[in-house]
Amino acid sequence: MGVTRTGRKPPRVGDQPLFRRMLIGIVLVIVALLIVAPLVVIGVEAFSKGWAVYRDTIIHPDTLHAIGLTVFAAIVAVPVNTAFGIAAAWSITKFDFWGRRFLLVVIEIPFSVSPIVAGVAYLFVYGLQGVFGPTLDEYGVKILFAIPGIILASMFVTAPFVARELIPLMQAQGRDLEEAATSLGASGWRTFFSVTLPNIKWALLYGVVLCNARVMGEFGAVSVVSGNIRGQTNTLPLHIELLYHDYQAAGAFAAASILALIAVFTIIAKVALERQGAGRVRRPALVANPAEKTQ
Amino acid sequence: MKIRLENVVKTFETFRAVRDVSLTIESGELVALLGPSGSGKTTILRMVAGLEYADGGHIYFGDQDATDIPVRDRGVGFVFQHYALFPHMTVAENIAFGMKVSKVKREKAAIDARVVELLRLVRLEGLGDRFPAQISGGQRQRVALARALSVDPKVLLLDEPFGALDANVRHDLRRWLREIHRELGITTIFVTHDQEEALDLADRVVILKDGHIIQQGTAEEVCRNPQSAFVMKFLGDANVLAAEVRDGKAYASGAAIDVSGMADGKAELYARPADLDWSAQGPGIPASITRVLDRPDGRRVLATTETGDQLEFDVEPERAVKAGEGGFVTLRRAKVFALG
Amino acid sequence: MRRNVLPGLRLSLGVTLFYVGLIVVLPLAALVFKAASLGPEDYWRIVSSSRALASYRVTVLSALGATVFNLFFGLALAWVLTRYRFPGWRIVDAMVDLPFALPTAVAGIALTALFTTNGWFGSILADLGIKVAYTPLGIMIAMCFTSLPFIVRTVQPVLEDLDPALEEAALSLGGSDWEIFRKVILPLLTPALLAGVSLSFARSLGEFGAIIFIAGNQPMSTEITALLVFIRLEEYDYQAAAAIASVLLIAAFVMLALTNWMQSRALRYTVRG
Repeated sequence: MGVTRTGRKPPRVGDQPLFRRMLIGIVLVIVALLIVAPLVVIGVEAFSKGWAVYRDTIIHPDTLHAIGLTVFAAIVAVPVNTAFGIAAAWSITKFDFWGRRFLLVVIEIPFSVSPIVAGVAYLFVYGLQGVFGPTLDEYGVKILFAIPGIILASMFVTAPFVARELIPLMQAQGRDLEEAATSLGASGWRTFFSVTLPNIKWALLYGVVLCNARVMGEFGAVSVVSGNIRGQTNTLPLHIELLYHDYQAAGAFAAASILALIAVFTIIAKVALERQGAGRVRRPALVANPAEKTQ
Repeated sequence: MKIRLENVVKTFETFRAVRDVSLTIESGELVALLGPSGSGKTTILRMVAGLEYADGGHIYFGDQDATDIPVRDRGVGFVFQHYALFPHMTVAENIAFGMKVSKVKREKAAIDARVVELLRLVRLEGLGDRFPAQISGGQRQRVALARALSVDPKVLLLDEPFGALDANVRHDLRRWLREIHRELGITTIFVTHDQEEALDLADRVVILKDGHIIQQGTAEEVCRNPQSAFVMKFLGDANVLAAEVRDGKAYASGAAIDVSGMADGKAELYARPADLDWSAQGPGIPASITRVLDRPDGRRVLATTETGDQLEFDVEPERAVKAGEGGFVTLRRAKVFALG
Repeated sequence: MRRNVLPGLRLSLGVTLFYVGLIVVLPLAALVFKAASLGPEDYWRIVSSSRALASYRVTVLSALGATVFNLFFGLALAWVLTRYRFPGWRIVDAMVDLPFALPTAVAGIALTALFTTNGWFGSILADLGIKVAYTPLGIMIAMCFTSLPFIVRTVQPVLEDLDPALEEAALSLGGSDWEIFRKVILPLLTPALLAGVSLSFARSLGEFGAIIFIAGNQPMSTEITALLVFIRLEEYDYQAAAAIASVLLIAAFVMLALTNWMQSRALRYTVRG
């Protein structure tokens, strides 16, 4: 018998060593410059004036208030959007009704709309120039340039996050399990909690994590509706802008480092959830060779 | 093109898919690689194609050592199990692809003419403008064959060519592939797990198990003279009886078969359902009928012997038999294989 | 149509419609209503003012530049992440999502710090005579950053799911690497690439937070449309803000429609005859 050469594989497209090495090299360099460098520079700038400045920025009442407000916005907006995402996914995937596809498109609109447009749109609903603004003002209800406005704008921006994770997954899973449970006499809630939820929990959590990250980081829409009142309606991203324009760059980066840390944790959570299978089911339109798959 | 495999070995991770296989395929021959899943038949086909590299041994195309020649230079036509038609190209574009990317430059008109010729060969005239999604499974199979033939391959390789098709389509295509092979005379190897397909179609059947060649020969040779219990069982239904060989005779459930030359010891007796007869009076193995299965071409009888062995055999459609009836089974012929 | 046997249609659809109506449709309708109340002449005057036109120009051109860059880089990145295994590829794969996870304002100040004339990259580029911060190039880089994951993440799963037999078939027919990539792999990636491109472009058109720090925000040269809307608001010129915001909204809808149309065209061949 000849010499054994275990594990040799015939070359696939793009497997010539030189090409492969060059492509990996180019890509890694760009990733380092475009993605890694910004993350690193945040840390470096945050501590550029020393640990004391960093600590003072973080424990400054305005920063703490901004953190508190950001967390509060997330505590309200994320559960509401989660409930909405589940309701939307349930209605769209478990039933056939007229206008289903249209509803899907409408749910996705916030993804394509500029956050500034979202903020302005809210101004024309609840602001003094808006549809309900004058009436609300008469009753002394303040939505814009106050916390409710911040939460509403955040909700708009993140409305599709949970729904878009659940819909393709629940579509792919079909209705058989739920129909079986119902035929055995389970109630709607019972069916949802004991049959549907266990199958979608990772995707649900995945949507929640991404939704949370976006709520905490939203800048454009919130900056239109918040009024930027320091110590009152300043979320963390707005506070960063304020410090930055006050020529307190180190302070701005210190505040930014908190959000950067949240971003890193979000990515870690995302990777962990992807290992559980979340985020895998895509819309059928994007799958290659549907013709081959349907054989 | 004559193809020769010499002590070929292939291991995936820790799984030894092909273990020391040597095989010669004569020019113009139509050979079936037959075996259950995991027997290494597809791996052998892919190594001949150059889609996998052998870990050890050599593959010769004629006199040339092709072991390390990549697939694109090997000059093989490969028909994939699920056809692998390019979904974004029409049938005609699929067939023309190989000619368009060939190092041998051809005029567009020549390519078009060849496509028409190939479409006629696979009887798909008029379907050239369709996309693969718009034609039936059997038609796709024929497009895949036309595409593989378009590059004038030295050898044609087919991986489970009829596996994804309905039974009746499969029958027609089988006969048709045989005709095409006769017409073109190209060396052809195909892989199948369906013994009937292999026996119907191939000049020679190579039976594989666990990465080894167990037996090879014409359909007649392997059917009439299976050399192991595995081949006997794999090629079709068989009754198995525990047997004892003594002095050139095998004894099983009271029947005796002449096996002159076989060493004494424990053995197994194999008999096809058609090799058994049923009669109300002896002699034979006493048995009682447990069930009768009616089939279009006869009646399959399931019976239990007094020693508890289960037997299956066929009787003519007119024969009146029913469950609970007693009688005797006689052995017309059988194969005996020593145990261990 | 099959009969609905599962419970909860009224509740779930009711919640969905109410929420979508209140959170998404109502504000956008109010915006359109406000813009429409201007009358055609005023509306046209505002949206075609030279400052607005200049803002469209810089926004669209930067978004185009960023999208073209991301088209090539995103495809290369998706290819490297699916086809090649090298130490640390999992980390690179995870890092691709950073632009989505990192708040835009944070990205904005970080990129500015890198590209100002005394920043890490800015100082090197300044020596070469290239100015990035406070120029349209800076806007483009901010857009590249924020929209990078779109193309990678739409192409990657398709590349992963690509039937290896298609490539093997093309190889067995004698195709060279480049021919197989161009004639077999690329066409099959096209629907995903188009989807990624339009998402990336739409995101760039509307991006605000990451850009305003690095852009310089000079009217007529480095002022993006989203910022112009913001400035009109600060000037209490609500009608102008509404009008220009409506242009962004229309652009977003056009992109949505275009995406769907391009996708269905690119997937024509899958329709059964």
